Amino acid sequence: MIYADNAATTKMSKTAIAAMLPYLEDVYGNPSSLYVTGQKAKEALENARVAVARCIGAEPREILFTSGGSEADNQAIRSAAAIGKKAGKTHIISDAIEHHAVLHTLKKLEAEGFAVTYLPVQENGIVDPAALEEAIRPDTCLVTIMTANNEIGTVQPVRTLGEICRRHGVLFHTDAVQAVGHIPVNVKDDNIDLLSASAHKFHGPKGVGFLYAKRGVRLENLIEGGAQERGLRAGTENVAGIVSMAAALEEAVGNMAQNSVRLTHLRDRLIAGLSDIPHSVLNGDAAQRLPGNVNFCFEGIEGESLLLLLDDKGICASSGSACTSGSLDPSHVLLAIGRVHDVAHGSLRLTLGEDATEADVDTIIEAVKAVVAHLRSFSPVWRDLCAGKTAFIL
Amino acid sequence: MALYSEKVMDHFRNPRNVGVLEDANGIGTVGNAKCGDIMKIYLKIEDDIIVDVKFETFGCGSAIASSSMATELIKGKPVSDALQLTNKAVTEALDGLPAHKIHCSVLAEEAIRAALEDYEKRKAAAQ
Ligand SMILES: Cc1ncc(COP(=O)(O)O)c(C=O)c1O
Ligand SMILES: [Zn+2]
Repeated sequence: MIYADNAATTKMSKTAIAAMLPYLEDVYGNPSSLYVTGQKAKEALENARVAVARCIGAEPREILFTSGGSEADNQAIRSAAAIGKKAGKTHIISDAIEHHAVLHTLKKLEAEGFAVTYLPVQENGIVDPAALEEAIRPDTCLVTIMTANNEIGTVQPVRTLGEICRRHGVLFHTDAVQAVGHIPVNVKDDNIDLLSASAHKFHGPKGVGFLYAKRGVRLENLIEGGAQERGLRAGTENVAGIVSMAAALEEAVGNMAQNSVRLTHLRDRLIAGLSDIPHSVLNGDAAQRLPGNVNFCFEGIEGESLLLLLDDKGICASSGSACTSGSLDPSHVLLAIGRVHDVAHGSLRLTLGEDATEADVDTIIEAVKAVVAHLRSFSPVWRDLCAGKTAFIL
Repeated sequence: MALYSEKVMDHFRNPRNVGVLEDANGIGTVGNAKCGDIMKIYLKIEDDIIVDVKFETFGCGSAIASSSMATELIKGKPVSDALQLTNKAVTEALDGLPAHKIHCSVLAEEAIRAALEDYEKRKAAAQ
């Protein structure tokens, strides 16, 4: 099997699994308890906080453990909105290609009276910093723009965006779920006030993540209860998961430089190979993109059938077609970069992991070529395009 | 558990009656690229019997498998039988479909109906 869906989730690393086991077996105490096994768990939790903080250039007290990226996004945005509201500021700026954890939270805030500006992205999927600067109003309380996109892999000019926000005194949140552990992220250098991350995207366990909140940025609770996480997130901590996340992150950051060179090479080989397929297009920027991300649209075919046939060939991938999402519309990200519906349905996302090889990439290229040709052979859309009855878009 | 039944996957992997009928006397196309599924059915009808049928589909696994199954169900049958073909019959013959995939299979029934209407129209025009 070739697992090429690392943006969906990653395989846990051996280090991450080994790190969690002691906290499932022996050190099972509650970190809030005062006896030794509880205090050992507490110590492990705080060591994990130090490690996670170091990996992103933060201070330990600026790290809050959560159940994952979605919770961190919700809490970051809700907290910044609450701060804004107290100051009479109810305008938020975001963009069209955010994850639903961000978009749906913003929708709720809109219903509660906030005004949200969604910046368009350029065809390469990148937010224009000048457009951000122009959109900032006196009543803007938050800018939330992701570091890297989960579908098309584009990496935003976060440092520049953060610098603009800082200059205007506006809080800057970034969903860095796809970036942390894969590309350098430093909250101080990048002028970030709030940042979300998720362990299962960097070979840690599912259901655990963290929120970075710059010192002085007051967080609101989403979950009320006990005094865990300095009273900002109630609930007995997922000690094993958190310890494992910290181990996974340290490992990912330690290997980042090396992995990213290798993956970028494989990615570009895959892009070059798939570009041979006629009437196809790479989605997202060719250079400003995550090391392992490849995303294409192929005209005349539909994404789900493409995925099923790739699965038959042992390749795990994903698509932004409507039929894979269970909704009637294809991916909002592909629509936002200007892909029309007809083309957006035929999308394929391949996200390579650190263990991918050149042979894997070549196998994928051959498989995709064969499957696309097969599906086109009985596609009425493709027939009309080839017959000149409709015009090719790609 | 897999998303689709073995029957669906069989018809999806090895679609029956796929292609074009050059001498079709009834053609129906339904769906649009906006929603993500398009089906085209070609019928060759002689003495009110469907002697041959082919299809082309742009769509998901459910759409392709239901097109394939629907063509199997009407091949060699009288037009009156084909007119009775329901989406439910197609779905049942496929050993069921996930609930959110039923809408893709409805197109098979609609495409056949459209092709039969085209056939009736051509017949009327010829008389
Ligand atoms: C960009 C982005 N944000 C947020 C999330 C949600 O993270 P989690 O699954 O940990 O809730 C994901 C993962 O699907 C993601 O890719
Ligand atoms: Zn469908």
